[in-house]
Amino acid sequence: MSAMAALFKREIQLSVRVGGGALMGVLFFLIVVTVFPFAVGPDLNLLARLGPAILWIGALLATLLGLDRLYQADQEDGSLDLLLLTDHPLEMVVLIKCTAQWVATGLPLVLAAPLLSLFLNLEPIGIAAVTATLLVGTPALTLIGSVGAALTVILRRGGLLLSILILPLTIPILIFGVSASIGAVTDPAPFTTPFYILCAISLLMLIIGPIASAAALRTAQE
Amino acid sequence: MTATAKKSFSIWDLANPTRFLSFADKLMPWLLGLSVITFAIGLYMTFFVAPDDYQQGATVKIMFIHVPSAWLAMGAYTMMAMSSIGTLVWKHPLADVSAKSAAPLGAVFTFLSLVTGSLWGKPMWGTWWVWDARLTSMLVLLIIYLGLISLWRTIDDPIKAGKASAILTLVGFVIIPIIKFSVDWWSTLHQPAGVITLDGSKVHSTILIPLLVMALAFTFMFIMMHMKIMKNEILRRRIRTMHMQAARRAASSQTGNKQ
Amino acid sequence: MQLIVKGLSCIRGGRPVLENVTFTLDQGKALVVTGPNGIGKSSLLRTLAGLVHANAGTLTLKGGDEELNVGQQAHYFGHADAIKPALSLKENLDFWQSFYGQPTRTAYEALSEVDLGDLTDMPAAYLSAGQRRRLSLSRLLVCHRPLWLLDEPTSALDAASEHKLEILMAEHLKEGGLIVAATHAPLGLLDPDRLHLGREQIADPFVDETTALSDQPQESDR
Repeated sequence: MSAMAALFKREIQLSVRVGGGALMGVLFFLIVVTVFPFAVGPDLNLLARLGPAILWIGALLATLLGLDRLYQADQEDGSLDLLLLTDHPLEMVVLIKCTAQWVATGLPLVLAAPLLSLFLNLEPIGIAAVTATLLVGTPALTLIGSVGAALTVILRRGGLLLSILILPLTIPILIFGVSASIGAVTDPAPFTTPFYILCAISLLMLIIGPIASAAALRTAQE
Repeated sequence: MTATAKKSFSIWDLANPTRFLSFADKLMPWLLGLSVITFAIGLYMTFFVAPDDYQQGATVKIMFIHVPSAWLAMGAYTMMAMSSIGTLVWKHPLADVSAKSAAPLGAVFTFLSLVTGSLWGKPMWGTWWVWDARLTSMLVLLIIYLGLISLWRTIDDPIKAGKASAILTLVGFVIIPIIKFSVDWWSTLHQPAGVITLDGSKVHSTILIPLLVMALAFTFMFIMMHMKIMKNEILRRRIRTMHMQAARRAASSQTGNKQ
Repeated sequence: MQLIVKGLSCIRGGRPVLENVTFTLDQGKALVVTGPNGIGKSSLLRTLAGLVHANAGTLTLKGGDEELNVGQQAHYFGHADAIKPALSLKENLDFWQSFYGQPTRTAYEALSEVDLGDLTDMPAAYLSAGQRRRLSLSRLLVCHRPLWLLDEPTSALDAASEHKLEILMAEHLKEGGLIVAATHAPLGLLDPDRLHLGREQIADPFVDETTALSDQPQESDR
């Protein structure tokens, strides 16, 4: 098995076995979506209008809150030192870890989104749009969150700081994700334009995320 | 960085903190003088040259504080980004000090532009806050500044803190234009009716000139305060170094006695 | 193969932790680094591994792989065990074998060497401190790297395990390996070279000048 495949397998095994990473994320997502109607009232028309926004906020928080241990666990038990002692580029290691993290925690959110949409009275086309935007957008959330996780890796309680640092940077992803979802159901607003911009942002994060995370991890490791 | 050739003065000589400190001390009175003079001219023009707006009355003069603050809020971030490149690429010891010192200044100017914007907006919009694209972008910038400052404060080792903050500053520098773009998009989506915007080409010279003078005054003040904060930071780090040396000397004299 | 270290110096957090360390280690030899606590034994090993960047000096492994640095040809065995409790002993070892490449023994063989052969498929969470240490040690046996960097390898090991470790080290040396170990244990079998780090090596006229540290360039990463 190649080194990166082995790393991917290990990351998936760990997130499945430790504290049920995927399940916790989806559960958190479910709770956020459940709490919203209590705050805004059970008016189904209002909920349908807010639906994409609620789902995106839930996915955003569920993704970021699960990220603080992404590198910290490896830093604490010394694995990070050993991961550095190879000629595999650290950027690649970061990318594989983020991919595994997304498969284990982000993808379940995407898969849960259609079901949760039903609670929010979304019409079928809206459900498809929200799921599509989440599929494209959540990897970007994981990648930018990875930078925060790497920056706060040496801090014992970095979770809160991670959210403070990273949430402002996720605003574009949120805006275009929700805009595209709403655009799919509301007539004059477009779906494709914000959706393509969202794709572009995700691709940009694919570059920024690994480079910045690797730089931050090297700094922390010194 | 230990420049031995002292024949010609180059910008790189300032890499040496000692030399930077003496340079800053020499520059300080000049900067102080320049800011006092430009502020005097600028404020005079603001109150007596610039006309009242036919709709807004004297309220429009908030602009002479608001606009320079907003410019400096963005200028400070640009400066931090350049300093961050200095920290990461050239490992320049002063680059980190410069970035760290600019952060609180940037945050203060961002805050100032938000407060003045809000004061200006109250009579216009009838409310203290609207989710207008400019204000919202500034609010996000303020949050980013505050996040950077907290990152600096939470990591103990100043060098690690400097590098981590430099990385985040640069990531922010790439993403902030996207945030600005997305907020503009979002704003037009929700508020098709244009709010008050300052159309550059239509600004009359009786407004433009005081504005530029005030911007110059703010810039001098910014440079002066930035140098002062940098100086404090250098001195603070020296004290830290001296403390550590004292501790080490005590430790080595103890083991020296034993051996 | 020969490890050549010349004038190695290292500054951490504005404090010199290594000053001008020079030694040469021949093939099949071990070097035992001794000295009081906090003198920089761990820093020396981390610098040799490339985990900490040296401010001055050179590090070469003559006769090694030209394209790799010293750390990439070394096993680093530090205080942290780098064990994932959620994975079985075999999974822990298999990962490092795939990630590092150049396999020598199977996980089962390596575990048998450290008397953990019966526990191959058990989650590592159930191991005692000494067993964890031995599992961590078996990582050095599953793939070949010529240089072993051992930081207090005998800590948490009982007398029998310590003896076992000496045998494994002797085998590694016989196969033409090199070992640098920071330890208080006698390691009698090996007839090692010795390097004593003392205060006198740290004392340096440079650092007594108050401004020296802030005037120096920051320590750089790679």
